[in-house]
Amino acid sequence: MKRRPWLTVIATVAALALVASACSNDDDGGDAGDGDTETAAADEFGTIEVAAGEPINIGTLMVISGADAALGQDSQNGAVLAADYLDGAFDGTDGQLLGHDIQWSHEDELCTAEGGQAGGTALAADPSIVAVIGTSCSSAALGVADTIMSEKGILLFSPSNTNPALTSEEAHQPFYARTAHNDRIQGAVVAEYALNEQGATKLATIHDESPYTQGLTAAAAVNFEAGDGTVTVQEQINSEDTDFKPLLRSIAEGDPDVLYAPVFVAACSLILKQAAEIMPDVTIMASDGCMSSDTLKNAGDAVDGVFLSSPDISVFQEGEFYSNEFIPAYQEQFGTEPTSVFHAHAFDATNVLFDAIEQVAVENDDGSLSIPRTALRDAVFATSGYEGLTGIITCTELGDCATDVTIGIFEGPNWPVEGGAKPDTPVYSDTKSLDDVL
Amino acid sequence: MSSSGSARTVDARLSGFATLPWRRIILVVLGATIAFVTVAGAYKTLTLPEGERYSGDFWIDQIVNGLGQGAILALIALGYTLVYGILRMINFAHGEVFMAGAFISFFFADAYLKSGFLDSNTYLALLILLVVSIAGSTLVAILLERIAYRPLRNAPRLVPLITAIGASLFIQNAFRGFFGPQPYGYPLPTLLQGSIAIFGISVAKVQLLVFVTAIVAMVVLQIFVNRSRTGRSMRAVAEDSEIASLMGINVDRIVVITFIVGGILAGIAGVLFALTFQQVQFTMGFKPGIAAFTAAVLGGIGSIGGAALGGFVLGVLQAVGPPLLLTGFGVPSPFSLKDAFVFLVLILVLVFRPGGLLGSGEAEKV
Repeated sequence: MKRRPWLTVIATVAALALVASACSNDDDGGDAGDGDTETAAADEFGTIEVAAGEPINIGTLMVISGADAALGQDSQNGAVLAADYLDGAFDGTDGQLLGHDIQWSHEDELCTAEGGQAGGTALAADPSIVAVIGTSCSSAALGVADTIMSEKGILLFSPSNTNPALTSEEAHQPFYARTAHNDRIQGAVVAEYALNEQGATKLATIHDESPYTQGLTAAAAVNFEAGDGTVTVQEQINSEDTDFKPLLRSIAEGDPDVLYAPVFVAACSLILKQAAEIMPDVTIMASDGCMSSDTLKNAGDAVDGVFLSSPDISVFQEGEFYSNEFIPAYQEQFGTEPTSVFHAHAFDATNVLFDAIEQVAVENDDGSLSIPRTALRDAVFATSGYEGLTGIITCTELGDCATDVTIGIFEGPNWPVEGGAKPDTPVYSDTKSLDDVL
Repeated sequence: MSSSGSARTVDARLSGFATLPWRRIILVVLGATIAFVTVAGAYKTLTLPEGERYSGDFWIDQIVNGLGQGAILALIALGYTLVYGILRMINFAHGEVFMAGAFISFFFADAYLKSGFLDSNTYLALLILLVVSIAGSTLVAILLERIAYRPLRNAPRLVPLITAIGASLFIQNAFRGFFGPQPYGYPLPTLLQGSIAIFGISVAKVQLLVFVTAIVAMVVLQIFVNRSRTGRSMRAVAEDSEIASLMGINVDRIVVITFIVGGILAGIAGVLFALTFQQVQFTMGFKPGIAAFTAAVLGGIGSIGGAALGGFVLGVLQAVGPPLLLTGFGVPSPFSLKDAFVFLVLILVLVFRPGGLLGSGEAEKV
């Protein structure tokens, strides 16, 4: 009972601090990070102290096991390469940040909400974690890892979440940001391609239980209707099902010109094969969740003429640094071509984070570092005009750091993954800004 | 005195209330409601305005597809029902027995595709795949019985049930460990691609193969159980294993044979499933396993004819039920409610016929 007054005091202070931070973020989120010493002294989420000679501990929270491991491992590799490049060269030895080594704490989010909960909680429980690069899948972040991290004041910086809700007014968590594109843009480009290049007037969509697919089909449908098209039906599947023929047969009744089914590899290859049988005349479109060597192998001929949308990496392949230094280093260190598309986004996110740490960290006389959490978050959110591998990075107040995104449409089997036919360049490509799309 | 008197009146009133045939009344009301909803839903769906309405071809295609699915479910359901009939236990790992056959035959199918053997000698290749799949499934079924079930033969009923669930997870994760979590594309021989017309109805060649193979397998099973000496022993053990053993029947041997027969059927189902969907993955056994178990219960667990009927009914219900009954009421994405719909039907069947469609009419304690 004696402790009660203390608790009340602490709770009140914490609440006041929260209110204060909320107000200050709204007012001047743009110019944080300019007062090193002052912010370090009083940060409501505390300050990470890195003792002299100790490493700076950075977490990753990616899907590194299970069916989607290729997606998360690829991003993790991208992040790790950023530490390697701290010394200005991809030489296999990590550089140092403000005289400290980088230490990685890799956790697995399993591409599920439960995995995001478990991995996120494990990282949040470690007070030495400065920030977390992750998650891979929107389902692991949305309402799970983003909330857990924000409650602790740990920045969660995703290279591969694309679900619109994560950075929407309603659901955005204050310590969440991403360098991946927002699917509002991808959905808009899909709708634009279907309307203008395929001449479609009727669109049907299929999504599964994941926020990623729901965000994409919703964005595509809204933009398709805005372009005077008709959406015949928006169906939902269970991603573990195998027999989609009854569903596809019922979709065929609506006689759509284009079927957009941005589901993941296992369900996607089944749908491609079954749709080829049931609706051979309908153009099938999908998105990067389906873009995988496994789909090419499993669906065989059924991938011919299937259009996938994906961030257009040929844009960054034009960059000398990406093609001549980054990719060779990736291949040398991990012994494989990139297995997915988000390694460059992870590299960028990690570098933005390193820059922000350099800006806000206070170097004490004894060689230790003090990194105030809120100031670090504000410094990342204040990023503007940073030239990354994936383009110019400017973060919005809601945490979208890729504001202008080039989305390509790739016609199967010419997909830019291992096993795809050459040339793996997009048949259509468009750059859109977040402000331009619905 | 007065208090006990009033209590007696209440008792009397209660007993009058209780003597009403409540069970019957509830059943009648429930039955009438279901009949009304079914008829109204179907009527509304079939009389939707032109353009929104499903075409006649749609229903035919759905039924054909449902029968093909149902044939596979029936084969798996037979495995559940056979084991239940003999041992009175639910072999929840049976879905993994099915998966094992399909998965192991994949490696042969893939090799045959690469060597060209699959297309040059399709019939022989399919036969080998079938044999390999049967061998794989049977081996897993025998090991299951030996390692996981036999030591627990006389344990309380709950124990082998939990063991079965554990075995199911173990087998799944063993396959995941050996072959990885990714799906593998199962090749379909050129001969089986495309469809043919039967009485003007277009049927995929694979589906025809599935249907015919499943029917043949079921007929052979029926003959084996009813005509052969071993089949007679199986029926005797199912009737009463203690008496059967007194009559000189080796019960252990019959149990193993039952698992082998279940494994053979699951192996056949595995190849048919893999040819239909051309994809195998370590998780592939779980959902069909649950669906087939449902089919076995629907038909009347322990009854061979019931399992076969349950499989076909379930397959067709999955394809036809949701659009027929839900579209008319304006339910969006009726197919996403497929599983909910199937289990609703199962519950209703069990309310009216506790033993299942072809069961004894009494509830089996599972």
